Amino acid sequence: MIADKIVHVSNLNKSYKAVQVLSDISFEVKEGEIFGFIGPDGAGKTSLFRIINTLLLPDSGRVSVFGLDTKKDYKSIRQRIGYMPGRFSLYPDLSVEENLSFFASIFGSTIAKNYHLIKDIYSHIEPFKKRKAGALSGGMKQKLALSCALIHKPDLLVLDEPTTGVDAVSRTEFWEMLKNLKNQGITIIVSTPYMDEASLCERIALISQGKILDINTPEAIIAKSESKLFSITAEDKYSLLKLLRNYSDCKTAFLFGENVHFSCRSENADKDKISEYLRLKAVENFEINIISPNIEDVFMELMTR
Amino acid sequence: MISDKKVIKVENLTKRFGSFIAVNDISFEVGEGEIFGFLGANGAGKTTAIKMLTGLLLPSSGEATVAGFDAFRQSEKIKKNIGYMSQRFSLYEDLTIAENIRLYGGIYGLSNKHIKEQTNILLTKMKLIDYKNSLIASLPLGWRQKLAFAVAMFHDPKIVFLDEPTGGVDPITRRQFWDMIYEAVSEGKTIFVTTHYMDEAEYCDRVSIMVDGKIAAIDTPSKLKQQFNVKSINDVFVRLARPNMALNQ
Repeated sequence: MIADKIVHVSNLNKSYKAVQVLSDISFEVKEGEIFGFIGPDGAGKTSLFRIINTLLLPDSGRVSVFGLDTKKDYKSIRQRIGYMPGRFSLYPDLSVEENLSFFASIFGSTIAKNYHLIKDIYSHIEPFKKRKAGALSGGMKQKLALSCALIHKPDLLVLDEPTTGVDAVSRTEFWEMLKNLKNQGITIIVSTPYMDEASLCERIALISQGKILDINTPEAIIAKSESKLFSITAEDKYSLLKLLRNYSDCKTAFLFGENVHFSCRSENADKDKISEYLRLKAVENFEINIISPNIEDVFMELMTR
Repeated sequence: MISDKKVIKVENLTKRFGSFIAVNDISFEVGEGEIFGFLGANGAGKTTAIKMLTGLLLPSSGEATVAGFDAFRQSEKIKKNIGYMSQRFSLYEDLTIAENIRLYGGIYGLSNKHIKEQTNILLTKMKLIDYKNSLIASLPLGWRQKLAFAVAMFHDPKIVFLDEPTGGVDPITRRQFWDMIYEAVSEGKTIFVTTHYMDEAEYCDRVSIMVDGKIAAIDTPSKLKQQFNVKSINDVFVRLARPNMALNQ
């Protein structure tokens, strides 16, 4: 069946004993998009992904994938999903090539048949195809896991924190690979604790403590932010941060790289007043600018609301 | 304040595994009271270097002193005088907060009386005293990481090694964690930290960037940005770790 909405979740709840890990989750993923769940560890991302993958049942709510019910039709759904779990879950004592052909054969396929899909990714590790998977470096394991998730030509790829613990440069390269896969028509659901990766998704859900804080395109989520935000720099960032926290009108003051992002409670806050305060406190050579927030600013704003 | 006294001194430090050189002739110093960021791509040799500096791995050649002790001959003394915390493993989930502290305190040879007193002081300060007998497994990740940092300093070490302490932590807790780092430094501790968050590199007094077993750059964040004529440490990182990619941009 052809569905415009690849994933449809409404009013989903899930608890482990007394702990509610997902509360009233609703969202849709459209065909061909990269949809990101952005949130810290413990937000419920993995539980949600297991439910989408038919590996876990929700306590209540409706979940359909490709228009099929995840409980009744789990077998047909599994044929069409590629899943890369957060933890390395391949066979460490099989070689790179053996792992890949094992995953292909489970789905009644072969490496040769879908080689074109994984070529860009697999070619990086193919020189090591006789090596045991357990002996690969972190980056190579990640590429093998993605190849294994792709080898049966899934319509939907579910990636649980593929870039956690990966250095900043390799993360950029990984997202390039995802863009290529999307261009080949694969729908991608991905989770990440890195807020800066939000801008690489077409639509995102911000998730914290089992609840979705907001869902939209990254641009629209940022545009909704109500805070007037200042970015302030000075030689001694930490002293600046402490001074700003003590400012009578301070709402939030957070370090952001070399700057402090600062917002006020009153609506008529302006640069002059803040500058006056900083001069009074003998801060030298500071610079103050009004900026538009980024996803991390908005996430913190929603978390504390 | 960073003093002139050096608490880590590394000269021509090298580690070979067979024909593979994981750490290749690195030299640097860390001053007392400094926040030193130790950056590098996956597989650049950071973990091997940290293992040598924390007394867990014998170097192949070169020199290293940590907290005044020699990495070749006094690794046990190094272990006693440093704190260590990593993202991958911090506290025992099936023990309570108090039990974890008692275990760590005991390992470092602190008296029961001291452990009891300090546990109460610490947990009161962290506003966790009501959770003293809660299992670690029941605490949110952010709390655990902050607690793990405090436990790593429980025996009052001079230097604390933090290996990706904020991985996966929410953005507010991540910043609270850095507040704790700054507080520890104001009390005279030296912090040696690794991170994949490039904004956190800016919070360090100095950073080094490792590429293929060597230290490719080392300086204050602002001087590094000047030197490479880029806007962020992330750009410095890209230039060094993937020279080809940077050229294409």
